[in-house]
Amino acid sequence: MRLKSLMLGAVATAALAPAAFAERASDGEVRIIYWQAPSILNPFLSGGTKDVESASMIIEPLARYNSAGELVPWLVEDVPTVNNGGVSEDLKSITWKITPGLKWSDGSDFTSEDVKFTYEYCTHPEGGCAQLTKFGGVTSVETPDPLTVIVNFEEATPNPYGPFVGGESPILQKAQFENCMGAAASTCTEENFNPIGTGPFVVTEFKPNDVITMKANENYRDPAKPAFATVTFKGGGDAAAAGTAVMETGEFDYAWNLQLAPDVISEMEAGGKGVPVAGFGPLMERIMLNNTNPDPNLGPDERSVVRPHPFLGDPAVYKAMSMAIDRPLLVEVGYGQAGKPTCSWVPAPEAFAYSDVPGCDVQDIEGAKKMLDDAGIVDTDGDGIREKDGVPLSIVYQTSTNAVRQDFQALIKEWWSEIGIESELRNVDSSVFFGGDPGSPDTFQKFYADVEMYANTFNGTDPQAYLGNGLCDKAPRPETQWQGENISRFCDEEYDALHLELTQTADMAERQRIGRELSKMAFERGMMIPLVHRGRLSAHANSLGGVDLNVWDSELWNVADWYRIDE
Amino acid sequence: MTDSPQDDLIAIGALTDTVPQSPPTSRARDIWDQFRKHKGAMLGLGFLVFITLAVVIGPWLWTVDPQKLDIRNKDMRPIYTAIWDSSAKTSWAKPLGSDQLGRDNLAQMIAGGRVSLAVGWAAMLLSLFIGTSIGVLAGYFKRVDGLLMRTTDLFLALPILPLLLLAVTLFRQPLREFAGSPEGGMFILIVTIIAITSWMPTARIVRGDILAIKEREFVLAARSIGTTNGKIIRRHLLPNVLSPIMVSAALGLATAIITESALSFLGVGFPSDYPTWGKMLADAVVRMERFPERVMLPGIAISLTVLSVNYLGDGLRDALDPRTRGR
Repeated sequence: MRLKSLMLGAVATAALAPAAFAERASDGEVRIIYWQAPSILNPFLSGGTKDVESASMIIEPLARYNSAGELVPWLVEDVPTVNNGGVSEDLKSITWKITPGLKWSDGSDFTSEDVKFTYEYCTHPEGGCAQLTKFGGVTSVETPDPLTVIVNFEEATPNPYGPFVGGESPILQKAQFENCMGAAASTCTEENFNPIGTGPFVVTEFKPNDVITMKANENYRDPAKPAFATVTFKGGGDAAAAGTAVMETGEFDYAWNLQLAPDVISEMEAGGKGVPVAGFGPLMERIMLNNTNPDPNLGPDERSVVRPHPFLGDPAVYKAMSMAIDRPLLVEVGYGQAGKPTCSWVPAPEAFAYSDVPGCDVQDIEGAKKMLDDAGIVDTDGDGIREKDGVPLSIVYQTSTNAVRQDFQALIKEWWSEIGIESELRNVDSSVFFGGDPGSPDTFQKFYADVEMYANTFNGTDPQAYLGNGLCDKAPRPETQWQGENISRFCDEEYDALHLELTQTADMAERQRIGRELSKMAFERGMMIPLVHRGRLSAHANSLGGVDLNVWDSELWNVADWYRIDE
Repeated sequence: MTDSPQDDLIAIGALTDTVPQSPPTSRARDIWDQFRKHKGAMLGLGFLVFITLAVVIGPWLWTVDPQKLDIRNKDMRPIYTAIWDSSAKTSWAKPLGSDQLGRDNLAQMIAGGRVSLAVGWAAMLLSLFIGTSIGVLAGYFKRVDGLLMRTTDLFLALPILPLLLLAVTLFRQPLREFAGSPEGGMFILIVTIIAITSWMPTARIVRGDILAIKEREFVLAARSIGTTNGKIIRRHLLPNVLSPIMVSAALGLATAIITESALSFLGVGFPSDYPTWGKMLADAVVRMERFPERVMLPGIAISLTVLSVNYLGDGLRDALDPRTRGR
């Protein structure tokens, strides 16, 4: 009985402790579920989101993006810019000043040597580093003193925040990984499963593809954090099960990336144990318009290669198609709070988005009909389908197999039929559609259809490379083995010229203006019909505080700030 | 020797044929009488007739377009929900409710059943034709036996899903032009694929029976009077293997319906706005908790159809086998 009363006393004391006096490891355990299980804790050896995000609790970059998409200093004193002298005038080097007094979880000092080592580790010619693109254009990393890192670039780089920024480019400890360079990288199981980091938690046990258990890092830079003493990070299952575990049964505190229909989510939310949170990155669902002729009677080297399309190049046609779409309804049916109507190719960050597009969120069937009538595209043979120069407006509309996408297809087909455009629906298995196999006729790159629907996004906050997907020479064609990102085969000299200007501009406001202009051209000159700006949806328990969903970086970026809300 | 006239009468009586109590009956009548004794088979037949009639004449009675979207009336419950939940969104205009885009469930059930049954029957007939031909040829002509049976083994090893994915990629465009519409092309493709992956059991059963029957005396007799091979097969062998063929036809129909539903469930095959039972089921799974009827209706329809066909096959087997008849 004595033990029991002692324990009861301890529980009572714990309950009485006011939350305001938060101290390290005072809030017990936090349980996180990712329905894709992490297989390694070294993001340089795996590009998977699950691995990058689980590792982000342990190892950290010099700077990262916050939930608003702004760059914030993490292991450094401030973010270097041209104005504060951190970035050189010629945009060829960037100087990071490390916060003094930082310690690794094993108690040793964090120095610039570790940062330089990370660069050497990833760019080792024999190693297969998954984040190599982060170090693209870097010629050298210098360490004049233990707290200064200078990164030199080959050319002027308006956006030098690639290396050592964001969850995909964290710093590894030199002492630990010294013998794991190049070909030896993947053989260092002990190191890859238990990296020493500067983050709020350290690994106690890692079971690949199953569970990670962690405890608070005693040498973490903020003595009051993290609030939780231990973490159980469970991987596996499916999105529906993860959502149920947090919102309906309360077994877990945080569930990642719930790709489920809005009514399914709200049904789970009714369970009352947790709430869904949505964050909006640049992910956007769109209909791509084929600028080339996909006629099956053309040969394999001409189909979806020769220009122009028999009728989709006519502004009246693609504008009418866009006007006939009821975007708010699509959002309601498919995404709910995790979607917003948009007409901008780059929907986020806000400053780059072409917003306030007139007529974007209202359906205008009559206006669409009138536009087609005025352009002389009318139904001449009385079958209910309009003809342009004798060619009936009959299109093949393809997408990947997915419940929400098939609902969208059905709705859009109906709206287009109301304005006299006939569509044939086709859905292709996702692994084939996005597989990129040059031998298959069903990939989205081949685009053997008139229009196709899918979503795309980019990493970080700078859309320059992403906007480059509209350049004429990026079109997939037989010579490139059907690889290339310009899926719609859009080709416009003015667009190419404006994009070139973007790559040479360093001023942020000017870059944003050009970015908006490029998005606008994509919409108004027939590259695509943007539909829905899609968000990331995760869920956390009602008793978990401090969650700030971040779509620009790891979702667990601020796990040190998480705490238990007393009920 | 007795001289008693009475004894004579008894002796003569023993020689005369006893007159049958009931008038003579045809073979078909015998089979029907036996079949009627099998309660499950009768129920199965009844249900199959009902479902067939429902999908064949249903579209004339219930004229709603199954592909018509009606987004304002989405997520309606079936009318019977009103019995226990008066606040449920129900309407006599949509007796079985509507799906997440407002498509009428009853119309979709009818249209979906049409496709499922049409695919089932067509695939069954085709696979029966292939299976019986191969079985008879292999059993009757010793020269081709080895080759045909090894081919059968080869086909048994074909996995249906990868094969279908490949066939869709290769033949969709030509078949679409041949049939004039994407649905027509896909129908031909799916029926063919199901048929060429399901004829093997029939072929094996038929071959086994042919091997046994062709050694019997009546076949020898037929051959001795100069009957040609073709006629022996048509007049003497085929009628004798009819009962295993009928049974495998019934089972084949069930398998074909299930396979078609599975393919639709996986999203392979028919265009996504073309209703089939498997497609309805696939759409409804994520909303199973809130709208159980959307899973139950097509699911029960598939199960009952397949079950009734299986019972029908069971009853047919009993009825067609003279040894069990009359017991």
